[in-house]
Amino acid sequence: MINFGFSISKPRTIDIDRNNLHKSNEIIEAMPELQTCIGCGSCTATCTAGNLTEFNFRKVHTLVRRGEYQGAYEEMNKCMLCGKCRLVCPRGINTRGVVMLIKRKIGDF
Amino acid sequence: MKHVVVIGGGVAGIRCAIELAEMGIEVTIVEKQKHIGGKVRNWHKLFPSFTPAENVVEELIKRVQNCQNVQIRCCCEAENITPHQVTISGGETLNCDAVVVASGFTLFDARIKEEYGYGIYDNVITSADLEDMLNRRAVKLTNGASPRRIALLHCVGSRDEKVCQRHCSKVCCVTGVKQAMELKRLFPTADVFNFYMDIRMFGPGYEEMYREAQADYNIHFVRGRISEVSPTIDGKLQIKAEDTLTGRPLKMGVDLLVLLIGMKAGDSNKRFELSCHLRRQDSGFMQPKDSFLGNVESNMNGVFYAGTVTAPKTIGESLNEAVTAAHSVAEWIKHTA
Repeated sequence: MINFGFSISKPRTIDIDRNNLHKSNEIIEAMPELQTCIGCGSCTATCTAGNLTEFNFRKVHTLVRRGEYQGAYEEMNKCMLCGKCRLVCPRGINTRGVVMLIKRKIGDF
Repeated sequence: MKHVVVIGGGVAGIRCAIELAEMGIEVTIVEKQKHIGGKVRNWHKLFPSFTPAENVVEELIKRVQNCQNVQIRCCCEAENITPHQVTISGGETLNCDAVVVASGFTLFDARIKEEYGYGIYDNVITSADLEDMLNRRAVKLTNGASPRRIALLHCVGSRDEKVCQRHCSKVCCVTGVKQAMELKRLFPTADVFNFYMDIRMFGPGYEEMYREAQADYNIHFVRGRISEVSPTIDGKLQIKAEDTLTGRPLKMGVDLLVLLIGMKAGDSNKRFELSCHLRRQDSGFMQPKDSFLGNVESNMNGVFYAGTVTAPKTIGESLNEAVTAAHSVAEWIKHTA
């Protein structure tokens, strides 16, 4: 068949009804403090990896909490566990612990 | 004996009347509803302490009823105000030495935001409806079932140019968090989502309550305004918003949608402006003489303000202002005597 170069774009919408929230619930249950994130972006601003790559810790953990796991493991692998984000978090979230937890929970996803 | 007319028998009006009466001033409260107590009468619990609203209202009513020199006139409205005369419905005029306008606010009519489907779809309710359901112990869906997923939408009729309500209604954020917690207590297995533009937790204990809602109640906060609501084939409501913190559109089906409606300027404010040239702000709320040293005074000598007639306020702030207004009135009467 001739390939005309057309394709169907996947919807970008986060569909909470379709997403499997099982993993996300497990993560929140293990570290309820993660829900206290107010999206200030301090973690991302100070992030060593984020200054060199596209890595955005705030965005990745928010997506994980909405049941969007695709690519999250690879993203979290960019973290060098330096812990600067934990020093600046105004909510006192153990952000480095969150990185480890997300990797552990969705590593096999 | 000096006589003051207090317009409005809500918490601010009652508190002001009590204070004036204790200073030996005769007071008449003019209330348009059948009972005094105002909108707090219809509320269930008050943030951030979850104090039952009836504790506050009943205590105030008891105290004002014990005041010998306070007369309460229900079912009548103030038609026309001057500093020394108030005309009430029926044409009767009350002569007085000063007037306190404590006529409060009007709840925003959620039907105006048609895209949210209030009054069109089942299970779209307002924060005021929810308080009423909580009071009647009847929080359930229209088919009698318990909701499994609930969304609360902040800023309905606030910070919205499209409905001519530019101002922030101040108390809805805290109410939204409080109501989310109450819903979670009622339905522990339900998922509760709050959709917000900004979370404004300005008062003592509010931020702590917000944090508790996040960490201990597992309430989900999504930064984004719901753009539209539509019914689904299985009888749910589908909501669409942007999850602005991830930069992606988001949709989900919910069983119950609570609209946190804002405070609109009181319906009678325009009449007060016309009757005695009291100044109004662009928002429609009355304009105090000065934001700092004259916040309970109007631009007319002898006319004072207390409570939400000048801006959205919490119950505590309204009560404080009522006391301040009473003392300003007493001082003014003394000077003009």
